[in-house]
Amino acid sequence: MSILALRGITKSYAGNSILKGVRLEAGDGEFIALVGPSGCGKSTLLRIVAGLDHADNGEIVIGGRNVSSLAAADRNIAMVFQSYALYPHLTAGQNIAVPLAMRRLTAVQRFPFIGNFLPGQRRIRADIQRQVREMASSLKIDHLLDRKPGQMSGGQRQRVALARAMVRRPSVFLMDEPLSNLDANLRVHARGEIVELHRRAGVPTLYVTHDQSEALSMADRVAVMIGGTLLQLAPPQDIYEDPSHIEVARFLGQPRINVLETRLDASGLVRFGALTLAAESAPPAETPVLIGIRPEFVRLSARPDGILSARIERTEFLGSEVIIHARLDAIGETIVARMTPAEAGGLSVGMPVSVEIEPDRAMLFAPAGERLPAKTVAVASVPEKAYG
Amino acid sequence: MTAHSLTLGRMLRFGLLSLGALLFLAPYIFMISTAGKAQSEIFSSSLSLIPEQWSFAENFTKALSRVSMPTLLMNGVIVCALIFLVQVVVAIPCAYAMAKLKFRAARIMMVLVMLGLLVPIHATALPLYVAFDRLSVLNSYTALVAPFSISVFAIFLFLQFFRAIPDDLIHAARLDGMSEAGIVARVIVPNAWPAITAFAIFSVVAHWNDLFWPLVVVSNQDFATPPLGLLYFRAAEAGDDYGALMAATLIITLPLVAAFLVAQKRFVEGITMTGLKG
Repeated sequence: MSILALRGITKSYAGNSILKGVRLEAGDGEFIALVGPSGCGKSTLLRIVAGLDHADNGEIVIGGRNVSSLAAADRNIAMVFQSYALYPHLTAGQNIAVPLAMRRLTAVQRFPFIGNFLPGQRRIRADIQRQVREMASSLKIDHLLDRKPGQMSGGQRQRVALARAMVRRPSVFLMDEPLSNLDANLRVHARGEIVELHRRAGVPTLYVTHDQSEALSMADRVAVMIGGTLLQLAPPQDIYEDPSHIEVARFLGQPRINVLETRLDASGLVRFGALTLAAESAPPAETPVLIGIRPEFVRLSARPDGILSARIERTEFLGSEVIIHARLDAIGETIVARMTPAEAGGLSVGMPVSVEIEPDRAMLFAPAGERLPAKTVAVASVPEKAYG
Repeated sequence: MTAHSLTLGRMLRFGLLSLGALLFLAPYIFMISTAGKAQSEIFSSSLSLIPEQWSFAENFTKALSRVSMPTLLMNGVIVCALIFLVQVVVAIPCAYAMAKLKFRAARIMMVLVMLGLLVPIHATALPLYVAFDRLSVLNSYTALVAPFSISVFAIFLFLQFFRAIPDDLIHAARLDGMSEAGIVARVIVPNAWPAITAFAIFSVVAHWNDLFWPLVVVSNQDFATPPLGLLYFRAAEAGDDYGALMAATLIITLPLVAAFLVAQKRFVEGITMTGLKG
């Protein structure tokens, strides 16, 4: 059952179309990462969901209710901002208490001085304090409650911002790159914490990030957005292994996927080195196509087999793996391989090598970017050894 | 060598600054000196800063007894406080709207604010006088306060300051359930103290010292502000008794000097704590 549904959201600023009909559905307790390069419209989308901005078209449904025309405050959405946006003049405890006070106390009860004398006010405030302390202890920030944001580190502010967002049990949780202001070590640690918090709260979460490893490691489903269009929404492994569009394949994966331009031959086959692919729904012969192959499925070996030869241009040693850039002799393109240090043992810059591509892992894309279903039809004999 | 030249440079700088300070303070020092002199000594041909005969007590007694000094000071406080209060209450929501809300008239309003900065009170004095006369509000606090209630300078100052407040802070407040008025009261104002203090100095100094407008709309001593009272004092009571006049001047400038010294400290604090990073 979907708790949050976005239907055909469009938005343009000054004639520039930022969002082009975005559709998305999030189930109960689902964690969706919205990922894309900067400027793809993901933050705009998040702001529209939050009610801080208005869509030109489309509707936002939360828990079966169309909230498109509701103000931000009435949507019961909580958001964690990239800058955390804590109130600088309030302590951490007061910051966390704000959303509760705004909802539970009436305007008169909140009024300075006068409010203090109204009946019931004291009991509600005590209750709010109790909830703030509970929230703080679950995030291990009890000791920070009396400090102001200016006296806290980035990681501490981020926790306070999380606490402020979670304390009022929102129906949808939005996060706008909440980890991008943290240093690398803390960021990896904080990922685990956010996932754990999300699991405990069970609230559907829309998490915007430009960091693909955050998206892949944290989310139940990853939504890749490019140029205002949501290209694919799928679980991390599916979207990585089976991208529906060349841009999705390019965006996810580090180092980037190898994309080689080639053509379908007269019989509707694509030949590349030892690889032969057949497009299932055969497009016209002789049309240009793109082959995508991830670096981990490319093997370079020092023993030239004469089928696909290349010369090593650069190697990057990363500890557990080696990234090797090699220029293909036939077409002059660079192909990137990711290998274990053991496999890359004898390889050095300038060395001529043969390139082998793991056949079942090659993907075929139309020039415009859509995935073309394809299957490998014939494989030239590949030495067993290359596959370890 | 470097230490030596540095001290020389510093000495030069200190010398120049001291000279400048002395130049600016000279009239005030002279005023204090004159307030302590007897009538005969003020008009003697010799010029000295230290009075030969100390007449402070005499002059201050005259200044305090001949004119109702408490009324003048009280009027000054009431008028300045009212003007400042109304200016802030009007300017902060206005500047917030112009800085953070999107609406079509924002551009035109900005132009109007800039135009408003160019129009001096003297240009509008006559029509305002006529209007207040028709309304029979001359000789009242209303006449003294009303023309200054909307300060385009305040709007401009706050506008610049509010633009620097991160949008996310306001978005967070909206999501937390605050109304726009709530945002102004609970988020903007608590973070705008440096700007408010800075504006308070400008506003209070200008209106405490203002002679022009009170002279136009007030003819009754009961509503006289300090500078106007001083004028009456000179015209009606003191004549050429400059000793008493200077004593009276000293009395009415003292609150401002004291207030400025107190606020200046806060003002500097304010500037150093503008780190509005969430």
